[in-house]
Amino acid sequence: MIELDGLCADYGPVRALDGVSLTVEQGQVTAVLGANGAGKTTLLRTISGLVRPSGGGVFFDGKDITRGRVEEIVRLGVAHVPEGRGVITELTVEENLRLGGLYRKRQAVPPAEIYEMFPPLRERSTQPASRLSGGERQMLSIGRALVARPRALLLDEPSLGLAPLVVANILGLIRSLADTRGLAVLLVEQNARSALSIADRGVVLNLGRVVADRPPTELAVDEKLRHAYLGF
Amino acid sequence: MTKFIDYTLNGISSGAVYAAVALALVLIWRATRIVNFAQGAMLMITTYIAAAVITSTGSYVLGFVVALAAGFLLGAVVERLLMRRVEQGPPLNAVIVSLGLYTFLVALAGMIWGNTPRPFPPAFSLRGYDLGGTRYLFAPNDTYIVLAVVFIAVALAALFRYTPLGLQMRAAAFKPEVAQLLGVRVGRMFTLGWGLAALTGAIAGVLVAPSVFVAPNNFDPILISGFVAAVLGGLDSPSGAVAGAMILGLALSYVAGYEGDALVPMAALVILIVVLMVRPTGLFPAAKERRV
Repeated sequence: MIELDGLCADYGPVRALDGVSLTVEQGQVTAVLGANGAGKTTLLRTISGLVRPSGGGVFFDGKDITRGRVEEIVRLGVAHVPEGRGVITELTVEENLRLGGLYRKRQAVPPAEIYEMFPPLRERSTQPASRLSGGERQMLSIGRALVARPRALLLDEPSLGLAPLVVANILGLIRSLADTRGLAVLLVEQNARSALSIADRGVVLNLGRVVADRPPTELAVDEKLRHAYLGF
Repeated sequence: MTKFIDYTLNGISSGAVYAAVALALVLIWRATRIVNFAQGAMLMITTYIAAAVITSTGSYVLGFVVALAAGFLLGAVVERLLMRRVEQGPPLNAVIVSLGLYTFLVALAGMIWGNTPRPFPPAFSLRGYDLGGTRYLFAPNDTYIVLAVVFIAVALAALFRYTPLGLQMRAAAFKPEVAQLLGVRVGRMFTLGWGLAALTGAIAGVLVAPSVFVAPNNFDPILISGFVAAVLGGLDSPSGAVAGAMILGLALSYVAGYEGDALVPMAALVILIVVLMVRPTGLFPAAKERRV
């Protein structure tokens, strides 16, 4: 569903992505792992158009979206949940949710359905999002991405700063979304162990290059790789 | 006592005009973090256009509507052609571009219409209301000014708060990148925001024109007052801008009444300096975010 072909991106003289090729199939969770600065966030930002690639291509459903505008890529069904504080704190929880589905008009998921998934959000629906805790914000940004019924989900560090139980819940939800809705998920994580526990494939990035692309079980037993890049 | 009432009423009327200008500045500041110093010149141009339409057709309403449409168009074009290029860059670039635009528009108006002030017809009578034998310094035209500004302020508030378009515009203003990731066409929202702001400014121009006359530089004091009002209100908050404008309108009216007109621009600047020294975030700063 998402296909990257030799994708390159630069920040000035620094090469952040150096010929990344990979595919994410429908209903599959692909974990992208690697140390800080490996290019994980840049990878997601380049797919969704926030960063202009300097080479290579991005294809969604066979359509070339390499130099598309962010809004138009999103409107094709690629939802990107940015790292950390992606909620708009000046808006209420419900406004954040509605905003996520505006371009879908009547086909958007009603906020009530998202509250089913994330009950803590319901009680706070009319409060400004600035009043949410870190975990609630993460729920809100994921829920907000789902409102538009995306076909692919790019998740940047959903576990960042969250309690282990919350992480488990969120990852479990991501797995079930891939299984039940056929969502293609590209999951960027520092927390390699938890990410691999739900992934169909693990891709390890180092200095902008793919150094491994294998099923999680194989990654987990490769001790050299684990020590060098995954830190467990 | 009658004097005090007069000055108060007069302050409300000019406060309303400042509010419209302040709203125009705040809308743009919120959306693109640019202080539009060209706003005064932009509303001067639209007021000239209104004057031309009124003179040739004899219809005030038509002139008013054309001024608003011209304001919207001018704001949108300025954003799309000029400001889009400096929105991302250092703030100083935007300041210089807006000052350059100001100079350009003032010169342009001088070339087209000359520098002789022209009268502008009021919508309603300028003769103060008579109540119990006393004539007050508040005329039907002042009622019209206040109502027109209240109307536009309420309309803008409703647009931002209750419509999907307003929600997208707020999102684009607060977090453009996140808004983009949610499918909001951020560039279009900025263009629209500038259009609406300039439309609001155009209203201020038409409303104030009968009392200042129309000339290339005659709207500069309005811009200064509007700017001070916007800063009083915290620059980020539309309701703060309206409140700041009312406070400023009253304060300047008392200064003008008790101390003389000549002191008004200076008083406005003194108020600006004092506010910036004592409360740099304005009298009504936006709510602080909870840090987690």
